[in-house]
Amino acid sequence: MATPMTQESQAQTAQIVMQAKQLSAFYGENRAVKDVNLDIERNCVTAFIGPSGCGKTTILRCFNRMHELVPSAHVKGQVLLDNENIYDPMIDPVQIRRRVGMVFQKPNPFPTMSIYDNAVAGLKLAGVRKRDVLDDLAEKSLRRAALWDEVKDRLYKASGASLSGGQQQRLCIARALAIEPEVLLMDEPCSALDPVATSKIEDLIQELQRDYTVIIVTHNMQQAARVSDYTAFFYLGELIEFGKTERIFEKPEKKATEDYITGKFG
Amino acid sequence: MSSPRFKRVRGSRYWVNHIMHALCMLATLAGISSLFLILGFLVIQGVGAFNWDLFTQPESSGLGISNGIIGTIELVALASLLGVPIGVMSGLFLSEYGRRGRFGNILRFFTDILNSTPSIVVGVFGFAFIVVNTHHFSALAGAFTLMVLMIPIITRSTEEIALLVPNSLREAALALGVRQWKVILFIVMKTARAGIITGILLSVARVAGETAPLVLTALGNLWPNRSLTEPIAALPLEIYNFATGPDPKLWSQAWAACLILVLFVTLTSLLARLSTRRSTLRK
Amino acid sequence: MKPKRFSLPPDSLFKWILATAGLFIVMIVGLMIAVMAIESWPVFQQFGLQFIYGGDWNPSENADRPPTFGALPFIYGTVVSSILALIIAVPLGLGTAIFLNELAPRFLRTPISFLVELLAAIPSVVYGMWGLFYLVPFLHDHIMPFLSDTLGFIPLFAPPIRGFSMFSAGVILAIMILPFITAVAREVLAAVPNSQREAALALSATKWDMIKKAVIPYGRSGIVGAVMLGWGRALGETMAVTMVIGNSHFIKTSLFQAGYTMASVIANEIREATYPLYVEALIAIGLLLFAVTFIVNGLARLLIIRMSKVSMGGQNE
Repeated sequence: MATPMTQESQAQTAQIVMQAKQLSAFYGENRAVKDVNLDIERNCVTAFIGPSGCGKTTILRCFNRMHELVPSAHVKGQVLLDNENIYDPMIDPVQIRRRVGMVFQKPNPFPTMSIYDNAVAGLKLAGVRKRDVLDDLAEKSLRRAALWDEVKDRLYKASGASLSGGQQQRLCIARALAIEPEVLLMDEPCSALDPVATSKIEDLIQELQRDYTVIIVTHNMQQAARVSDYTAFFYLGELIEFGKTERIFEKPEKKATEDYITGKFG
Repeated sequence: MSSPRFKRVRGSRYWVNHIMHALCMLATLAGISSLFLILGFLVIQGVGAFNWDLFTQPESSGLGISNGIIGTIELVALASLLGVPIGVMSGLFLSEYGRRGRFGNILRFFTDILNSTPSIVVGVFGFAFIVVNTHHFSALAGAFTLMVLMIPIITRSTEEIALLVPNSLREAALALGVRQWKVILFIVMKTARAGIITGILLSVARVAGETAPLVLTALGNLWPNRSLTEPIAALPLEIYNFATGPDPKLWSQAWAACLILVLFVTLTSLLARLSTRRSTLRK
Repeated sequence: MKPKRFSLPPDSLFKWILATAGLFIVMIVGLMIAVMAIESWPVFQQFGLQFIYGGDWNPSENADRPPTFGALPFIYGTVVSSILALIIAVPLGLGTAIFLNELAPRFLRTPISFLVELLAAIPSVVYGMWGLFYLVPFLHDHIMPFLSDTLGFIPLFAPPIRGFSMFSAGVILAIMILPFITAVAREVLAAVPNSQREAALALSATKWDMIKKAVIPYGRSGIVGAVMLGWGRALGETMAVTMVIGNSHFIKTSLFQAGYTMASVIANEIREATYPLYVEALIAIGLLLFAVTFIVNGLARLLIIRMSKVSMGGQNE
């Protein structure tokens, strides 16, 4: 059954931005995520950790209804965003995805678009035409993604694909920020990057925390310890333990968590 | 007197290896030399027949093939009018919605049937469906037949190239809250544009040279066509009629027409290759 | 139970527009079969199976003798000319594919394969004209006399010789299907995993040993599929064949005599078909040709699918 909630996470409801309730995710008959209950606090970084195949990416994709795009995949249970169930049949998943942005494991800028067009792709495709609005948001989001200074003089000429891997990933972050989401989901955003680029992204995550709520999936425990306020440990599709990051890393309550953190398996 | 440590391969295996090597090379040479034989004769016979009248006078004057050139352009344009959108749309359906599922597989199967149906059979269809019922050979019947021939080519090439667009780009756009139809139009199609155009060009090149189905539908016409419900001339039909006729003057016009047709087809395939090479996909 | 998905009109509308285009293709194929079947029905009603194995094609309308339609000479001509084409083109096509994929230096592969592909781009009618003015006279003056002198004791090569003949049709068809066989065979060879090649080479095989023992057996069903695809092409080729085969309604044993194919009789006689039954008989031939190519192509595709399954299994190991 559901894992009991730990005390620290039960902050005032006003602080909770997203909530999973009895959430299960399926690929066909196969249940990849089992009855997960989880609260995400506003303006915090929450990390999902666990061995590969534990369902951490799947549950992340449930938070902005990307999971259902995989053929035969579906979801049971609820995910609340500001106390509203995003799996309500009358909710438009497109609206949810505009409020909950996502950054993927491999940088995926649109190769046919310039840097500028990549940054405002979400807005343009949603029908925003006003040049000054677009210019404004392009600069704002590129600045927030700490990319502006590196690309400002080749915004229109260079294609998104011409940047380095780390720059591409920051462009993808800028692209996600430009539609002004409340929550930003990051699926192992550094796994394809070198250490220097990784540390830049990690600094950026710390910065983003002021304005956004960030949920990050990582297989790198040091990264989780460095950037997150809360940590959730998943194993075999179940949420094993959830709490303040320092507590999880210093005094894990469950044997499995301790084993994973100390490197006994995984 | 030390024997070499490694013996070279000798004996029958050695010779068979070399003989087969040479035979494979000869086979390749045979194919290429027939190409050059054909192109060589075309150029020798065709270039001499090029003159101003050829391009400006209609067949009825006995001096030119202008009505055939115009007719072919007209037929291909009419065929593309419906054939290109239908081909591209069904190709996108296959890649975006029909990767699995029953209708996708049925559609793929029927497209393959149509693709491998001989063009003369499609001509028989156009004849039985339109010419028999309207009691007229017509430009429309010809264009319809060419359309049926070009659709499956475009469908399969569009599907193939759209499948090469990485899924991560679709996901990136969907995660930005972009609706799926916009993702298909502005991300998938834009990324795959060069490849889709290549497929269209190749299908145009293919149907522009089709003769057999036009014999059964467009029939040919000595004068420029005035109405779509009348027979219409086409370059390949002129080649066929001139070549099988008795007049040496018309033979050389037919050679010139062959050269024009082959130049068009070759340039189109070359263009198609270049545009694919420049594409971000299919490196 | 899968929960119902929210789907906004524009999204499902767009899907339906695309699906309609697909439906159009399905309908066209259905319509094609239906129209040809309906139009040719009277012929099968009147002649039954006699239409397929009857050797007498006599469309002229005389008072004392009703016209008869038996398609056997055309079926015979189609089969013989296409098989002759395969006999010539398969070794050349496979040789070219092996040369391009296994033997040729890398910098030669792209230009040579482009040249071979160009052969496929040349329209049928251009082949026909070239055949009419160059290939047929050449075969008649140089190749056919030689063959009939040396192999004349075999009925297939018996004199007298005619330029416009089954033999010329077979040769021109061979050139036309060569690029298809080469292209498909190259795909099949490319699907053979390199581990197979290296395994053979590691056992001290020569390059040819490797091709013979490792590459070809591995791709065998795919290669047969390639040959069948080429055959499907040859069966339906029209213009070039029509222009060189001589167009005779009678079955002759010798390849150096004129013949007729299903495709070429349709193209040639449709303008002469002056009364409905004649027209319907030609449409019936079209239907037969469709059925034959459908079966041949279907088998070819099955073989190629089987091959790709085998090679996927190989890569998983």
